[in-house]
Amino acid sequence: MKTRKEFLREPLTDTQLLMTITISIFVAMYAVAMGALQGGFLHAQQVFDMLNDNASLIIVSCGLTIVMITGGIDISVGGVTSLVVMACILYLNHGGNVFVAALLALGIGLAFGLVHGFLISYLEIQPFIVTLAGMFFARGMTTILSVNPQKVEHEGFANLRSTQIEIPWLGYTAKNGNIVPARIELGVLVAVFCLIVVFLILKFHRLGRGFYAIGGNQTSALMLGINVKRTRFLAYVFSGLLSGVSGFVLMMHTGAANATNAAGMEMNAIAASIIGGTLLTGGVGNVIGTFFGVLTLTTIKKIVVSSGLNQPWWQSITTGGMLCFFILLQSVVLSRRNKKKKAT
Amino acid sequence: MKSKFQKIFKGGLGQLTIPIIAILILVIFNLIRDPSFFSISVTHNNDGNIVLAGNLISIINAASELAVLAMGMTLVTAASGGQDISVGAAAAIAGSAFVSMLKSGSTITGGTVLLAFFYACLFAMAFGAFNGTLVAVFKIQPMIATLILYTCGRSIAYWINGGATPTVSSPIITAIGSFIPGIPIPTPVIIVIVVAIIFKLVFHFTSLELFTQSVGINEKAARLNGINATWIKLLSFIILGLCVAVAGVISVSRLGLINHETILLDVEMDAILAVAIGGNSLGGGKFKISGSIIGAYVIHMLTITLYAMKVSSTDVKAYKAIVIILLVVIGSPVIKSKFTKRMTQLKNRKTKVSTKGAL
Repeated sequence: MKTRKEFLREPLTDTQLLMTITISIFVAMYAVAMGALQGGFLHAQQVFDMLNDNASLIIVSCGLTIVMITGGIDISVGGVTSLVVMACILYLNHGGNVFVAALLALGIGLAFGLVHGFLISYLEIQPFIVTLAGMFFARGMTTILSVNPQKVEHEGFANLRSTQIEIPWLGYTAKNGNIVPARIELGVLVAVFCLIVVFLILKFHRLGRGFYAIGGNQTSALMLGINVKRTRFLAYVFSGLLSGVSGFVLMMHTGAANATNAAGMEMNAIAASIIGGTLLTGGVGNVIGTFFGVLTLTTIKKIVVSSGLNQPWWQSITTGGMLCFFILLQSVVLSRRNKKKKAT
Repeated sequence: MKSKFQKIFKGGLGQLTIPIIAILILVIFNLIRDPSFFSISVTHNNDGNIVLAGNLISIINAASELAVLAMGMTLVTAASGGQDISVGAAAAIAGSAFVSMLKSGSTITGGTVLLAFFYACLFAMAFGAFNGTLVAVFKIQPMIATLILYTCGRSIAYWINGGATPTVSSPIITAIGSFIPGIPIPTPVIIVIVVAIIFKLVFHFTSLELFTQSVGINEKAARLNGINATWIKLLSFIILGLCVAVAGVISVSRLGLINHETILLDVEMDAILAVAIGGNSLGGGKFKISGSIIGAYVIHMLTITLYAMKVSSTDVKAYKAIVIILLVVIGSPVIKSKFTKRMTQLKNRKTKVSTKGAL
């Protein structure tokens, strides 16, 4: 049995180290924004808005983190999300039922995940190419379903959409004296649920440890008796399924579908995972880090907007700069660590 | 005669099997569908020049930028074992630099165009070196390192343009983008041929090809043999930067304007695809530039075939995806090994039968 002191002296693992850096930078950045920019950053609603806007991105990033931990990549997530939104809205507008629509969303996601997983792990095709084709297919199918933007006209779904959780004590007093309660959308709850489930699987379930094992070293994972092919297959199934969930959540958020829905989402999700400390080489990463990665990305954008840099190009240039900073930081931290390990 | 034929095709076509089969399938499919699909006609264009026209010409013409990018991408893939996903964004920057340099002078002459081209090359090489430094010196995976430029590249191009989409019009620019008076072949095609010849010459006179392959196959072993692996990786990204500049200039000249949002959109995915269809391993190592060029033409022939079948431009992606999956499934190692096993089994059975007959 380790004593508390011994436990504290134990060095952090790579995953924990990178995650800690991300969380502390996020907290520092938000604190600076609160101090320097004031305004909206002082209200709790600002955080909830970030969650409301990015619920689907958080879900997608969870799936992508799993795939990246196994050492693969899935760039079809944005396309699948967009296809799910379009398909579900068309179904609802043709007199569908909300429950079946949710099943449809899951089904589409699952189908993509199954096909990707089969092609990548059993036929040994490069994941980039397979999921690229998946993205093309999903985007193409979206426009085949409808080129024109669609809006939800389903009553039951509209009710579900407008359901919000209000927290009065976190609200603020508006200029006209009304008290505006803090609002959270249902999608955020779904996102948090997914986050917890994925976290628990990665941390405690045999399958989750298998993901880390095959990402760290495939050969030794095989020697440990892990079914490498099935584990990798399941990683893509998870990612596909979560893309389906994300599509439904995005539909609840926007209530409309068009061909450019979730454009660039895959790259945002990859960026969020990287900022959160997941390495593309596999074996290192955590969904909690990814969650803070999403928040960090959004905070940068909000800071740029509220600090008065109005030209349209600043947002993505600062995002790129920030990404560069994080990537370099990770590279430096990990290489120093490896050197130290070799020295001892 | 027969021995020579056998010598050339000893052991099949090697890694060129898939691209060549793909292009043959597409050609045969098109010939069955519409025998006049590949007819080439000689017409006069708006400027009164004699030019070649037809589907084949437009395929080869439209694939020019992709072919140039695929050549550079092959080198990067081989050296670093990863792909550059920022080529579209970098091409937007190069195109913007090209246009801004042209706009700064009062008149556009051959000299200023050349100057602007070098300026664009400088920009693209600088960004290539940036990516290359991240990959080679800081040991970051190429896809992640280039994600930075992918995220902000188009915005930087917008910044260079000053928030507008400037146009350039000059006979010289038109000549680069479409036809030089008196030559019936589209200029971009000539540029592709020139770039390909330059690559061939570089590979012939230097050991770049061998060094790149050895770095891609085993970096440590290459370093122990005295190859500067960091420099080779960096160099491959700088060469890709040059290719990006060429592609950007072609694309700008074709339209006569620079639109940072739409110029060469999604070309990075197509370029990586061209490399993969060309039979090159995306994990680095051995490569064939010719495979990637054929891959680029396969992609565009597929696109134009779909257009000819009255598929709308937004839906093309879905059909493209199906063809890509079919191609990679045929080329996948598992299917290949199963196929060869089955073939040897059949062969063995045949020999058995024949010996039985002889007895």
